[in-house]
Amino acid sequence: MTETLKMIEADGSAPSFNGALDDKALVYCYRTMLMVRAFDDICMKLQRSGRIGFSIPNKGVEATQVGAASALRSTDFFFPSYRDFGMALHHGAEPVEMMHNMFGNASDSARGRQMPVHFSFTKPLRFFSISSPIGTHLPQAVGAAFASQAQGKDDVSLASFGDGGTSSTGFHSALNMAGVWKAPVIFLCQNNGWAISLPSSGQTASDGYAIKAKAYGMPGVTVDGNDLLAVNRAVSEAAERARAGEGPTLIEAFTYRMGGHSTSDDPTKYVPAEELEKWAKKDPVLRMQRFLAQRGLWDEALEETLQAECAAEVAAAAKEAQATPGPTLETIFSDVYETLPNHLRRQGEQAFDLAARKGDADAGGGAFPL
Amino acid sequence: MAILTLLQAVNDALHTKMRDDERVTVFGEDVGPKGGVFLATEGLTREFGERRCFDTPLSEDGIVGAAVGMAVNGLLPVCEIQFQDFIFPAFDQIVSEAAKLRYRSGGQYTAPMVIRTPYGGGIRGGLYHSQSGEAYFAHTPGLKVVIPSTPYDAKGLLIAAIEDPDPVLFLEPKALYRSLKGEVPEGSYTVDLSTVRTAREGSDVTVFCYGAMVPVCEKAAATAAEGGIETHVVDLRTLLPLDEEAVLDAAKRTGRVVVVHEAPRFCGYGAEISALIAENAIEYMEAPVRRVTGFDTPFPNTLEHHYMPDERRVLDAIEGVASF
Repeated sequence: MTETLKMIEADGSAPSFNGALDDKALVYCYRTMLMVRAFDDICMKLQRSGRIGFSIPNKGVEATQVGAASALRSTDFFFPSYRDFGMALHHGAEPVEMMHNMFGNASDSARGRQMPVHFSFTKPLRFFSISSPIGTHLPQAVGAAFASQAQGKDDVSLASFGDGGTSSTGFHSALNMAGVWKAPVIFLCQNNGWAISLPSSGQTASDGYAIKAKAYGMPGVTVDGNDLLAVNRAVSEAAERARAGEGPTLIEAFTYRMGGHSTSDDPTKYVPAEELEKWAKKDPVLRMQRFLAQRGLWDEALEETLQAECAAEVAAAAKEAQATPGPTLETIFSDVYETLPNHLRRQGEQAFDLAARKGDADAGGGAFPL
Repeated sequence: MAILTLLQAVNDALHTKMRDDERVTVFGEDVGPKGGVFLATEGLTREFGERRCFDTPLSEDGIVGAAVGMAVNGLLPVCEIQFQDFIFPAFDQIVSEAAKLRYRSGGQYTAPMVIRTPYGGGIRGGLYHSQSGEAYFAHTPGLKVVIPSTPYDAKGLLIAAIEDPDPVLFLEPKALYRSLKGEVPEGSYTVDLSTVRTAREGSDVTVFCYGAMVPVCEKAAATAAEGGIETHVVDLRTLLPLDEEAVLDAAKRTGRVVVVHEAPRFCGYGAEISALIAENAIEYMEAPVRRVTGFDTPFPNTLEHHYMPDERRVLDAIEGVASF
């Protein structure tokens, strides 16, 4: 095991930074982090005011998301968890497209079939459709990586998951298979301290997660997940290895979920207040801000500009999404198969007929408990 | 035209598609140089190399999960689960991932892939090498479930499954692998999914069946004919999506229906056929639908011949509905 990779000191200095990201890219990374926060903030308000049903806050883990995304190309294949949308924003996904998903409206790429935060993009990046079961995307990332290699492309797959994900069947199957196949895949374990209410200490008896890489025949790396530069470097190195045909890497990023698991979760019931305070001092956004300030790339004026831009963009996105009508009834039946089978056509016709005779179904007041 | 066993027809289909389309990639446990435990993939690694046909670690969810990843990234995976009894670790990948991917992404991502697996009894395989799990999967929107019963259909349906834009679970009746021979054309041809096959024409009783039960039902029908009962035998061959019109037409034709499968009765596929007929053709029925199925028990070893529907039991049911 190597030492935990860390580059940005508490005062913002980063003596080992080698210019892997140029000034423009550094500021852009910071902007993405602010955009994630702005998106989170407005989603929290929308959820609390009953306009959307659910959201997943990202506060605290932005450096891991954006650091990883900044190390990869948009042609690489992202297999994200539900707490990873900063990766999509970083590669140019439009907040309004994400907001359509939050509202589950007719313009949502999933046509309102999925819960909020279950994004899917094929462009401007390959951001695989998110599913709720934990760990299922890990073997898929291995298969996609195998396919890239088999077709002579040098794209890599990134599978991102939390500490809870390491206990899933998919984790074992994927790491084992990736090791045997030497697949060009990066496993990014975001150890954010909690899997809903279970602390990381209850998830494994091993000395952390990176050490598990050894048993699968791949390098295990630990990195300060609140340090964007360190995450960028760790993922860049893993991607370089993968593209060179040297196989997979497991990266464990130490970070912290500063909010609840979701908008339906009250973390004050199980997260010790002093633990939250300790991590608040390590806020990844402030850390990056100090680094930029040290390099003369940040001042209050820039902060105000960026914050205002992000807030305006997400507010406009929310406004547009809210004004977009909901999906129509036929979207229940489409996209099950490429071609609508007869039995689904009949069921659809019956649903339409009933709606014509008896009116629409009552939407009810369902509230999501998790 | 070549006379092949059902197993050889499967092997022929794989060779044919792999020659046609370099995206087709075959993998699973022992499917490489050994050619699979039943030899369904024999010769593929030799002809197409280890990149196109290879062994995997013993990990069913890993196999199917990797297949989903390959399918969304340009390959056409045809993976094998060694016995259908071992598919359950992959249930999540099949039901929650492959089958729902098109729907949940609004068609942005799709999983054109085939999962081949031998199913059913008749080889003294006991609880864990004999099961017929088709009903678990036929309950899954987004998935296609196909079961051939002849060498001709095995090749044509498998090629159609590989060319299909949606994920297909291809269940192979292992009891028929070597026991059944038939004419199989050379080269590529397809049998349309979601069509039934009339295995025998008759006007008195209609029997619905699939897979290894088809020859059993054909034998029972031949014996029934000696007693003056003409039986219409329908091989369903695609359980999902089912050709419901064809089923209803065949049921209305005689008004007397028997449904036969190896799997347990309760919530088995026969229940769906019975309900379909009850809901849509009750006015044509002259007798209650009768089911001949495995018992609602795990699959026994020594007494498997009592568990599996045989000519005796099917004939008894045919006579029962004919004389109702």
